[in-house]
Amino acid sequence: MTNHWKDIKNADVVLVMGANPAENHPCGFKWALEARDERGAQIVTVDPRYTRTSAVADHHMQIRPGSDIAVLGGMIHKILDEGLFHEEYVRLHTNASFIIEDGFGFENGLFAGFDQAQGAYDKTAWEYERGSDGFVLRDMTLQHPRCVFQLMREHYSRYTPDVVAQIAGCSAEEFLAMAEIVCSTGTADRVGTIMYAVGWTMHTVGSQIIRTGAILQLILGNIGRPGGGINAMRGHANVQGATDHAIVAGILPGYLKVPGPDQTSLASHLEASTPRPLVPDTVNYWGNYPRFMVSQLKAWFGDTVGPENEFGYHYLGKPADDATWLSMWDQAHQGRLEGLVALGFNPLLAGPDVPRLLRAMANLKWKVVIDPFMLDSAEFWRAPDVDPAEIDTEVLYLPATHWVERAGSFTNSGRWAQWKEQAIDAPEGVRSDTWILSELFWRVKELYEEEGGAFHEPILNLQWNYLNPREPGLEELAAEINGSDLETGQLLSSFGQLRDDGTTTSGNWLYTGSFTEDGNMMARRGTDDPSGMGFHHDWAFSWPLNRRVLYNRASADGEGRPWDASRAGIRWTGERWVGDVPDYGPTTPPDQAGAFIMNEEGVARLFTTYLVDGPFSEHYEPVESPTPNVLHEDVPTNPLIRWYDGVQETLANDDDDYPYPCTVYRVVEREHFVTSNVPYLVELMPDFFVEVPEGLAVEKGIENGERVRVWSKRGEVEGVAVVTKRIKPLTVNGSTVWTVGIPVHWGFKGITTGAMANNLTPFVGDANTSCPEFKAFLVNLEKA
Amino acid sequence: MPQDRGVTQSGLAIRRMSASSEPPPSPNVRTGPEYAKLIDISRCIGCKGCEVACKEWNELGIEPTENFGSMQSHRDLGPDTWLLMRFNEIEVGGDLQWLIKKDACLHCEEPGCLYACPSPGAIVQYENGIVDFNHDSCIGCQLCVSGCPFDIPRFNPATRKVYKCNMCVDRVEAGLEPACVKTCPTNAISWGTKEDMVTLAEQKVERLQARGFDNATLYDPAGVGGTHMMYVVPHGDQLGEYDLPADPKASPGALAALGGLRKLGASALGLGILGTALHYLGFGPQEPGAAEVPSNGVGGGTAPMSAGGESRPTVESQATGESSPTVPSPPTGETPPTGDPTGSTEG
Amino acid sequence: MTPDISRRDLLKVSALAGGAGLVNALGFDLKPAYAAARELKISNAREFKTVCPYCAVGCGAIAYVHGSGGLNTVNSIIHVEGDPDSPINGGTLCPKGAAQMQLAMSPRLEKGPLHREAGASEWTEVSWDFAMDWFARKFKDSRDASFVEEDEQGRTVNRCEGIGWVGSATVANEDAYLITKTMRAMGLVYIDHQARI
Repeated sequence: MTNHWKDIKNADVVLVMGANPAENHPCGFKWALEARDERGAQIVTVDPRYTRTSAVADHHMQIRPGSDIAVLGGMIHKILDEGLFHEEYVRLHTNASFIIEDGFGFENGLFAGFDQAQGAYDKTAWEYERGSDGFVLRDMTLQHPRCVFQLMREHYSRYTPDVVAQIAGCSAEEFLAMAEIVCSTGTADRVGTIMYAVGWTMHTVGSQIIRTGAILQLILGNIGRPGGGINAMRGHANVQGATDHAIVAGILPGYLKVPGPDQTSLASHLEASTPRPLVPDTVNYWGNYPRFMVSQLKAWFGDTVGPENEFGYHYLGKPADDATWLSMWDQAHQGRLEGLVALGFNPLLAGPDVPRLLRAMANLKWKVVIDPFMLDSAEFWRAPDVDPAEIDTEVLYLPATHWVERAGSFTNSGRWAQWKEQAIDAPEGVRSDTWILSELFWRVKELYEEEGGAFHEPILNLQWNYLNPREPGLEELAAEINGSDLETGQLLSSFGQLRDDGTTTSGNWLYTGSFTEDGNMMARRGTDDPSGMGFHHDWAFSWPLNRRVLYNRASADGEGRPWDASRAGIRWTGERWVGDVPDYGPTTPPDQAGAFIMNEEGVARLFTTYLVDGPFSEHYEPVESPTPNVLHEDVPTNPLIRWYDGVQETLANDDDDYPYPCTVYRVVEREHFVTSNVPYLVELMPDFFVEVPEGLAVEKGIENGERVRVWSKRGEVEGVAVVTKRIKPLTVNGSTVWTVGIPVHWGFKGITTGAMANNLTPFVGDANTSCPEFKAFLVNLEKA
Repeated sequence: MPQDRGVTQSGLAIRRMSASSEPPPSPNVRTGPEYAKLIDISRCIGCKGCEVACKEWNELGIEPTENFGSMQSHRDLGPDTWLLMRFNEIEVGGDLQWLIKKDACLHCEEPGCLYACPSPGAIVQYENGIVDFNHDSCIGCQLCVSGCPFDIPRFNPATRKVYKCNMCVDRVEAGLEPACVKTCPTNAISWGTKEDMVTLAEQKVERLQARGFDNATLYDPAGVGGTHMMYVVPHGDQLGEYDLPADPKASPGALAALGGLRKLGASALGLGILGTALHYLGFGPQEPGAAEVPSNGVGGGTAPMSAGGESRPTVESQATGESSPTVPSPPTGETPPTGDPTGSTEG
Repeated sequence: MTPDISRRDLLKVSALAGGAGLVNALGFDLKPAYAAARELKISNAREFKTVCPYCAVGCGAIAYVHGSGGLNTVNSIIHVEGDPDSPINGGTLCPKGAAQMQLAMSPRLEKGPLHREAGASEWTEVSWDFAMDWFARKFKDSRDASFVEEDEQGRTVNRCEGIGWVGSATVANEDAYLITKTMRAMGLVYIDHQARI
C-alpha cells in the first residue's frame, strides 16, 4: 500500500478492483465503509463476480476475468479525452512533460523495439530524449507530440467505451456509469483510492494492470494524498515483511538486487544498480544504493569482509536465469532440483497445475516441510491417485511453533511493522523456526568444517554472534536488521546514517529506525492521532522512517500547500514540512526537488522503461481466452510471456471445448489451507463448491446444491454447485460468455477435504513478476 | 448467598420471570440502563465474524453441516448455533441485491418465549432488556419455541433443553459489549443504551434515504414492545426477503390466564394438567406427542455438575414429582433446599 | 464433525438466579433459588498483545492466557479477541481472527518430527537430533553436488542450483530476515514465498 488501512477513511471514491476486501480483508475494509458513511464516499466494485464487497458498494460492474487493462485504459481515455485530469498535479508531479526519443511507437500489438528472435524488447526505443547537459528534455505545455502526455493520449485513445465493452463484456453504458464515478476525483478537493489485490497480480499482464491503475491515479492526482494512493492488500500476516526481507528470487532485503553473473565485481553491481539523475532537481534516493548494499554485506559477514574482498560480494550466488516460483518448479519437473525446503508454506495446493506439481515433487530426492500442522505438501506421496510406492522422494516433516508461541514482528499491507508478544510456550516436541534454521546452519557448517566441500567460505564467515547461537533472540535479530554504527556501537535511527565504507551495518535499510537506542519502535502502542488523519505515528513502526503515506510530498502543490487543506498529508510552513513524516527533506523547500524522491526523474512515471513488456500498458488476452484480441488479433497474448517446456500443450486451443472463463478466489471463512484445521471455520464453510451462474445452471440442468464437475485441459474438480444470480452472462465481442468461480481452500488434509482448485490452473505467469495466471483460464462443466 | 430481591447473584435486576408474577420493585438493586444491539444491514458484509465470536465466547459446539448451495453455514439456527447469517439473492427494481441478515434472538421487550414458558425462572428478562434462559430450570417442553414470534430458540434433544442467544449476559454484566458486537469488522453492529441506539438508527436511516434507499427503515417492532436487537433495513419494503416478520406479536395473555389456575393449588397440579392448559391456550407444541413431554418426564438429561462436584438430582427424578431443587447449589456447597413445592412444576 | 456438548454444558452455567418475594404462576412463594452466576471467564486471565496470523490487515488481538506463568504451569490460551486500542481494527476481528484460539490450541498441531523413506506409505517418528542431522546431510550433499563456482564463461557465480527454498509469509520479520541471510550465504538462488503466488 502507498497509504495504509485507516487512511481509506479519507477517500471520496473507493475503486475496488482485482480484490474483494469485504471477503479477504474485512477489518481493513471497514475504513471504506467509514468513508462511505461519514464522508459520503462512493464505493465501486469492478469484478467478475458480485461479491460481498459489492453487496455494500454503491456501484458494481461485472467484467470478464482478464479484461482489467481494457477497463482501466478506457477510463484513462475518458479522463484525457474529457479533460478530467488534475492538470497541475500532472504537470508538477509526473513525467507527462518528458520527451521520448523519436522512433517510439506502438503498432499491431507491439511497442517499438520488439525483437522477434529474442522474444524481448530492445528498450533503447523507449528512451527519454536528452539535452546537451545530459538531462531529459521537457515540454511543460504538454503539447510536444513526443512528450509522454501526448503519447499516452494517443496510446489509450483506442480504448473507447465500445471497445471496452467488447472486451470486458459489459455494455458501454454500464462502463460509462462506473467510469463517471471513478473519474470524478481529478480535482484538488476530491481524492480517490484504489484497493487491489491478487485479482490484479495473478495474470500474464499482472504488472501492467497495476501500472494502468497507477497511471489512472496519477493523472487524477491521487498518489501521495491521504485518501488516495494505490493500495495492494496482501493476503498473509507477513507477506509484506517476508517480501521486504526478500524471501524472494531476484532481490535482497530492502529491495536491493540479487547480482547477475555479468556483474563480475561489486563495483559493476553497484554501477548497474545505482541510477543517475535524469533531471537536475531530483533527490534520486536510490543513488544511495551502495550504502545500503555494503551495510547489508557487513551485517551478514562482519569483520571477515571489507574493501579488500569486495565486502563479500562473491559470497552471494549469481543466478543464471529467472529463479522465481514457476522456474523453480520447472527445474524440479526437469529433474534438476534435488532438494526442496518448504517452511510455513503448502506449495502443492498453492501453485498452479497441481498434476504438474505432483510430477515435479516426485522428481525431488528429498523434501523438508516445516510447519505447525501436517500439510498436503508433506504428504504429496499419498495424494489422491498417487501410489506411495512409486514416489522415491524422502520427506522430513518438522513441527514448528506458531505465531503466539513466538514473539517477533509482522508487517501489514500498510507497511506497519507491529511487534507481537509471545503468549504461550512451545509444546514439548516442537521447535521454533529460528531454532530449526540455526540448527541447520550449525550442522551444515560443522559438516563443511569436518569434510570440506563446495565453496563454503560464506558459511564459515556468516555472522552468528547471538547470545544463544542455537536459537537467536528475535530482538537481537531486530537490532541487526535495524543496523549499527560500528564506530560508536550505537543503533542507528535513520538509513540516512548509513555509509558505504564498511563502518555501518544494516540488515535491511528500510527497517532502519525500527529498533533504535530508544527501544523497539515496532512495539509502540501509542494511540494518539492529533491531526485526526489516522497517521498514528506512535503506533508501531511504518517503513520507511515511520512514514504513513508514501510520496506524501505529492499531496501538496508547488508551493507546498496541501491540495486539500482539510486532508493535508504534509504542509510547508516556510521553514519545514509538518504533518506526516515527510517523503522529502524535512527542511528542503518545496521547489528544490521533485516529489517522487525514489525516481531518477524526480517525478512519477506515466511512461517507464522498468517493465519488460511495454512503457505503457496494453490489453492482452489471458493465455486461455474465449475471444480473439479485438485490438490486435495477431498478438492476442502478452508477447513477453515466458513459456516453460510442455506448457503450451496444456492450454486449451481453439479446437477444444472449454467455453467458460473461470477464476479462483478465497472466501472470508477460510485462509488458504491452514484454516482447514480450525473447527469453527470449517463449520462456517464446510465444503468445496463451484459458483455457477443461474442461467448457465439452467442450460446445464444443474440444480442448486447438486454436484458439479469442472475440468480444464490440466485437471478437474468436483463439488457442490452454488447456483447464483451474482454472476450474469456477459456479451464479449458479440458472444454470450458465462463465468465460473471456484474457491481455493480445499485439499486432502484437514477436518473436511475437497477438490484442489489448482488442478485447473495454468502453469504460466506474468511477464515481469512470474505471478501465475490463476485468475483467468478456461473450463467446461457438467452435472456430476 | 441468598438474595432478597429479584436479582442475579452479581446484581442484574430481573424485570420478568417465566411462570411467575411480576417481581416486586428492587429498591436495593442498581437497575442500570436498558441496552440494545443495532444491526446496520447496509454495513453488513456477511463475514460471519459474529457467528464465530458467539460460538467462541459461549463455547458452543460444532453443529454438523454441509454446503447446500449457499454461503450460509447452516440451514437453520441450532442449540449450538445461536446466531446465523442468512443470505438471500433478490432483484429489486432490476438491481441485484444480496440480502444478508444476522439471525439471532431479538430480546423482545414483550418476550413471547418467556410468556409461554411454564417453568418458573427458566426464562428471565433483566431490567437491562436481556432475555435469558436458565437451563437449570428449563424442562425442555419447548413451549418457548412456539411462543417466539421470530422462531429463534432451538431444542437440543441430547440435553433436552432449549437454547438461544443470551446477549453475552456475562460480558454485559461485567461492562463489556456482547462478543458479536465487539468483533464486527465493519461496525455493522452497534451497542449502547436502547435510547442511543434508536437515535443512531434514525441517523442511519436518514443517511440511507439520502443515498437513495427510499424505503430504509428501523426494525423495532411494536407488536413485541420493541426489541433489544434492532435492525436498520435498507430495503424496508422487503422485510419478508430478510425473513423478518412484518408484525410480530407477543402478549402476556397466556401467563395472565395461567394466574387463574393458582387457586387450584400447585401440589395437586401435575404438569400434565399444566401442559394441557397451555395447549388449550394455543401455546402448546405442534407435535401431538410433544405436549405429553412434561407429564412423561424428560428423562435422559443430566443437570450440570456444581463446582464442588456434588451430584445433582437428574431432571428425570424431578419429573417423577419428587420434590428436588431446580438448580445446582452454589459452589459454596450450601445444601440446596429440598422438599419445596416449587419442584413440582419443574418435573 | 460431532457436537461438543459435554464441554459446553460444563462451562455454560447460567447467570440466572431467582429471589425471594417472587411467586410462581400457581401462587406459591418461591424459595431462594439461584445459581452460581457465570464469572467473566477472562477476568483473571493474563493478557498478551498479539497480531492476527491470517491476512495482512494486521489486526491487533489480545490472547487471554490461563495460568500464572509459574514454573509448574503449562499455560494455555482460553480466548482471543480484538485489541480495542488498535487504530487498524479497533477491537474487531473477522471470523478467522475470532477463531484464533482454536488455531493456537488445536489438537491437530503436530508434536514431533516425522520421516518418510523412499517408497514408504507411512511416516516414521524420529528424534530432533536424527531429523536435523538428516536435514544437514541432505542439504550439504545436494549443495556440493549442484554448486557452480564459475559459469561457462568463467565468471564467478557461486550458486547452488540444486536446492529450492519456499516460505514463508507466515513467519515474523526477524525469522524471514534470518532465512534470507542464511540461504543467500549458502548460495541458494531458488528462493521464493507466497508473495509470488
